[in-house]
Amino acid sequence: MSERLESSSLFASIHRSLGRMDVVHEANRCLYCYDAPCTQACPTHIDVPAFIHKIRTGNLKGSARVIMEANPAGASCARVCPTEELCEGACVLNKEDVAIRIGDLQRYVTDWVREHDVELFQPGPPTGFRVAVVGGGPAGLSAARELARMGHSVTIYEAKSRLGGLNTYGIVPFRLPEDVALWEAEQVVKLGVTVHTDTAVGRDISPQELLTRFDAVVLAFGMGAVPRLGIEGEELTGVWDAIELIERVKTGKSIGEIGSTVVVIGAGNTAVDAATCSKRLGAEQVTMVYRRTEKEMTAYEFEYDFAKQEGVEFRWLSAPTRILGEEGRVRGVEFIRMRLEAADDSGRPRPVPIPGSEYVVEADTVIRAIGQHRLTEVLQGLGVECRDGVIQVDERFRTSNPKVFAAGDCTFEKGRGEAMVVEAAEQGKVAAWSLHQQWSHMQRV
Amino acid sequence: MADLSIDLAGIRSPNPFWLASAPPTNSGYQVMRAFEAGWGGAVWKTLGDPIVNVSSRFAGLQVGSQRMFAMNNIELITDRPLEVNLKEIREVKKRFPDRAVVASLMMEPKKESWQELVKRVQDVGVDGFELNFGCPHGMSERGMGSAVGQVPELVQQSTEWVVEAAEVPVIVKLTPNITDIRHTARAAAQGGANAISMINTINSLMGVDLDTWYPVPHVDGKGAHGGYCGPAVKPIALHMVADCARDPDINIPISGIGGVSTWRDAVEYLLMGATGVQVCTAAMHHGFGIVEDMIDGLNHYLDDRGLASVRELTGRSVHRYTEWGNLNLEYKVVARIDQDACIRCNKCYIACEDTAHQCIDRVPQPDGIHRLVVREEDCVGCNLCSMVCPVDDCITMVQVDASKPAQTWREREMARIGGK
Repeated sequence: MSERLESSSLFASIHRSLGRMDVVHEANRCLYCYDAPCTQACPTHIDVPAFIHKIRTGNLKGSARVIMEANPAGASCARVCPTEELCEGACVLNKEDVAIRIGDLQRYVTDWVREHDVELFQPGPPTGFRVAVVGGGPAGLSAARELARMGHSVTIYEAKSRLGGLNTYGIVPFRLPEDVALWEAEQVVKLGVTVHTDTAVGRDISPQELLTRFDAVVLAFGMGAVPRLGIEGEELTGVWDAIELIERVKTGKSIGEIGSTVVVIGAGNTAVDAATCSKRLGAEQVTMVYRRTEKEMTAYEFEYDFAKQEGVEFRWLSAPTRILGEEGRVRGVEFIRMRLEAADDSGRPRPVPIPGSEYVVEADTVIRAIGQHRLTEVLQGLGVECRDGVIQVDERFRTSNPKVFAAGDCTFEKGRGEAMVVEAAEQGKVAAWSLHQQWSHMQRV
Repeated sequence: MADLSIDLAGIRSPNPFWLASAPPTNSGYQVMRAFEAGWGGAVWKTLGDPIVNVSSRFAGLQVGSQRMFAMNNIELITDRPLEVNLKEIREVKKRFPDRAVVASLMMEPKKESWQELVKRVQDVGVDGFELNFGCPHGMSERGMGSAVGQVPELVQQSTEWVVEAAEVPVIVKLTPNITDIRHTARAAAQGGANAISMINTINSLMGVDLDTWYPVPHVDGKGAHGGYCGPAVKPIALHMVADCARDPDINIPISGIGGVSTWRDAVEYLLMGATGVQVCTAAMHHGFGIVEDMIDGLNHYLDDRGLASVRELTGRSVHRYTEWGNLNLEYKVVARIDQDACIRCNKCYIACEDTAHQCIDRVPQPDGIHRLVVREEDCVGCNLCSMVCPVDDCITMVQVDASKPAQTWREREMARIGGK
């Protein structure tokens, strides 16, 4: 396969743009429910009937404002949200008809607003309060935007060279092109937010310094690299961290030869991205291997369906025991079969190896996608209570330090909600409101 | 198969579906295509002294995804020479002798002019005339069309002139742009008309362009009121048909016109007193082929009802159409919501809560979903909830036992006066 073909399939969106006729038809099908279940099902509570009604009346600017006001990552979410489990899953038409394609309509509106460079929000009158936001991903940007709209002075510290977090770096380009995430970030920056990129808290600036220089800190630094599997052979060439692989692909950096056979360890959202990305990089056979079964996999149904459509194969109830290599390069993976026992503390059945059931699978590339490391260096000296590296917050996203709030993946605990972009955006928003509320009765001197 | 043929004051056609006098009946070519498609009759586009039309003539009303929910037009009567039209009428009638070919006529209000036109046209073998006293634009500024149709005396006079010269039945087509259509209908009957047809189009301004601020449609930046028709006008037309049908001073057959798009619409017109219907907008929207389902659907309907002839429908609901004062004040219906069919869109709730009588409660259920429950004692039976409900038959209006015997307002007033 030629390099050009490869790159075009990597960057061509899997979403077909709706035609004008399709949009009108779909928008007119919406019933404009009262107290609509789609709105209730959206973690950011986008007023879905309102934004669809505004499409009908040709008020696309108003429509975009409804979407983006509720969800500062509304353009990204129109592409990556598991809509069949959220708004579209709740649509009342599921009973008698088919759900309104809310995600597609939201994409239509946000594409329109991106193309037309419309200003949707303005900064509020200055309050004098200064807030540091650590991390420029969906949660951080969401918090920053709300704080700026309320007139607070906001500074974002972002470890990477660009804003957007996982939306910019960690979701494959054919699902979420980086320009969508960067546009969302730009909307926040336009409100007068100061941004320090390539600035990691704990490395380039100490957490304590933030506390002295700012009136409050919002932690939204997400999570880190994919942990090692802890087995023999991980240092071999051709063994990848899924997040790193996707980031390199998205930023146009070489990943060398992917080879013809790829094994992805894990069955979550990122595992699906890594697997489908491998296919588009030219691998002939891509297999996702998971120690539990289809039923327990954390990837969404639409992601699973997409992976199947892309020709990804699946192997359940197997865990890697070692990676085999030749001359420093991966050649295969040894797995052991598993069986499921009673639920563990994550609420899912516990996989247990079946002794003597090892088998070997050939592989030119092995990609691990088994979750992400916790970043703890940011927290040193902040006096914020953590459990297993997870920042503990209350329902208003307050930490144990009254000056520190936290939102997004850095607060994400297994079994508590879902680590969705839309959830991160909501948490950032609520954290900002919570902070603002705390200040609303105070005057800064 | 039921007998679909009708006889409207002596004008016979194999089915009750005629094309109305309008752009679809402008030429012999078109009318022949229509007859090949199955139309039972056609009222030829109005003959008279040829005029010059403007360019940019129609505008459509879109409601949601539904296009052509109504249309309006500023086209005038035929712009082709009379001889050409007459030659084509003769050919059409020769090829389709079983179909009704009716000539629509319009003339300056002079006896000689009218009678000369009548004689020339009936020579080519038309089955009847329809006098256009309704065209609301252009022609009315020249003292014709609705300028005549809005004055009962003029309607009667012109009708008399035509009837005197005509050897075939004369239908008078009435304008709805009048306070009470029964006055002009009575005048037509008085003048000797064999039948009336209604409605012609309604005065309308279709819209204003939000970018240019020009009227829609515009002719070189200016617009004029046009004639409104299509599905949106059906209730207006149906009321006028029904009013004429129950008027003892009219008592001549009615050809129903106004938003007939399907066989169902036709049945309603027939039940309210029409002998046949005329169609225009639906054909302009979809082509002549739509008559196939009009015929097919009507046939099945009559068969299902055990009716041998479409004529059995005419006027069957007229006696049920009356004045408000004759309605039973003791009759009561209330809304019932089928909880299994309900999809929880809450449209009935908000409609009732905001704009009706606040009698639907949202009752929380253990599963977190609200059930919508009607407080029947507060329900006035307005029907709004059942109208906004998107699910067929989910909300039904059911009659509840009347505690008192039937009594109309008239009866109540009579009793009150009598009691004093």
